Amino acid sequence: MTRTELQSFLTSKIEGLEFGEETTQYLTVTVPKEKLRDLMFLLKDDEELAFDYMFSLTAVDWFPKYFGVVYHLESTKFRHILVVHVNTENREDDISIDTVSDIYPTAHFHEREAYDLMGIIFEGHSDLRRLFLTDDWVGHPLRKDYVDEANMIVK
Amino acid sequence: MTTTDVNQELKTQEYLINMGPQHPAAHGVLRLILTIDGEIIRKVDPDLGYIHRSIEKMCERDTYKQIVHLTDRLDYLSSHINNEAVCLAVENALEIEVPERVKYIRTIMAELTRLASHQLWWGVMGMDIGALTAFMYAFRDREMINDIMEETVGARLTMNYSVPGGVMFDIHPDFQRKVKEFIKHFRKALPEYNTLLSENIIFKKRLKGIGYISKEDAVAYGVSGPSARGSGVSCDVRKIHPYSAYDKVEFNEVLIEGGDSYDRYMVRMKEMEESMNIIDQLIDNIPEGDYQVKTSALIKLPKGEFYQKVETARGELGVFIVSDGKKSPYRLKFRSPGFSNLSILDKISRGHKIADLVAIMSSLDFVIPDIDR
Repeated sequence: MTRTELQSFLTSKIEGLEFGEETTQYLTVTVPKEKLRDLMFLLKDDEELAFDYMFSLTAVDWFPKYFGVVYHLESTKFRHILVVHVNTENREDDISIDTVSDIYPTAHFHEREAYDLMGIIFEGHSDLRRLFLTDDWVGHPLRKDYVDEANMIVK
Repeated sequence: MTTTDVNQELKTQEYLINMGPQHPAAHGVLRLILTIDGEIIRKVDPDLGYIHRSIEKMCERDTYKQIVHLTDRLDYLSSHINNEAVCLAVENALEIEVPERVKYIRTIMAELTRLASHQLWWGVMGMDIGALTAFMYAFRDREMINDIMEETVGARLTMNYSVPGGVMFDIHPDFQRKVKEFIKHFRKALPEYNTLLSENIIFKKRLKGIGYISKEDAVAYGVSGPSARGSGVSCDVRKIHPYSAYDKVEFNEVLIEGGDSYDRYMVRMKEMEESMNIIDQLIDNIPEGDYQVKTSALIKLPKGEFYQKVETARGELGVFIVSDGKKSPYRLKFRSPGFSNLSILDKISRGHKIADLVAIMSSLDFVIPDIDR
């Protein structure tokens, strides 16, 4: 599907989607966090979309507002690419997002990484432990307000 | 007691052992916590971070030109291709068109890097399985590539050759002649590799039917590169989203349907031939022109998100830049091929023996700094 076809198809299926500007490299969509799993199931299972390959999952700290998670999806059949953004409510107490690791198995490791380094809680993840750091580590280093005077050189 | 009584009395118990973090077959510091039942693996739990250097966090502090130097230390065997990925991302974001000469040089360098990486993998794979001779053959030939690199770039491994806007210096006057000499030599040496290892019956028995990845699993787990092409998944970024000079050359994407360790091995062996074909098509046709376009000393990317995919020797490397218009990225993520490839290790190793795990890890071709970043 082309970019415009994708956009109108998704708008007709799920409410509340916000599409990014036309000038971005790939079609970008921001989904409300309650609708994330609905959208992911649709993207994976619909025969015309067939987004079966999640090539990247990462977290961004939109300091001081909220955390964002960015999913990059590609279809190995049609070769179209979609970027999905989802944001947490805030940066303090409501920092959870539904897991997609049961829909895309590759997300299992990537979500553990995002939890470890950014501290996002993925609801429903089967094994959400730290991946890189030790279990007793305090804090999440990729956050913008993380301070470690011993190990960081701040310019 | 009869035999049945003995069996009832014997209690077996699953237990945990650590493979690594210091283990010769891991090629770096990777710790695998194995749950084993006798010698059969029931579960593999990778514990990472022993060589984590927080490259992504460091990138948020450095300028774009500095970041290129850090990428050498991701997958140190694909260093040039990593450099290229960041440079392409920056160039695309700034809409800089690099000269044709740069595209050709970068592509030749990338393929030489891929050849050197596959040679090292081949030698080490033999060594892991118990065939020490392979290592000597591979290092003899790899040395030639390293010498070519040294002459033009000044470094043998961590090259730092690409810069945003081009390459750091022009190629050495001897570059083309030496590359052609190497290709001539390696075309004769590659069949030796095959006689030595590929057709060796002991070697085949260690790999055939071990670590099977189905086509669906490969896509679902985000496996890429030769490891996925061994399961018949077409995923070569050079073909699908061509960059540099890959749209000007003809080459085949090597696809084997089987999915076991031997098929992944054969994909890499055939890829070496394809790499030589690509270099052959380019080496005599490098266009005249500048080797660099001028960029400002302090590059600032426009606000927005930029993603660049490239094909390293291990699979798809992605560079994801979130820019807020300043001199350093707001967030930079490296989607490393090794990290996603590692996620399938647990699934494909279950039910195999510990010695097979070594073979599976070799066939997936892990480089640990690439996984840890």
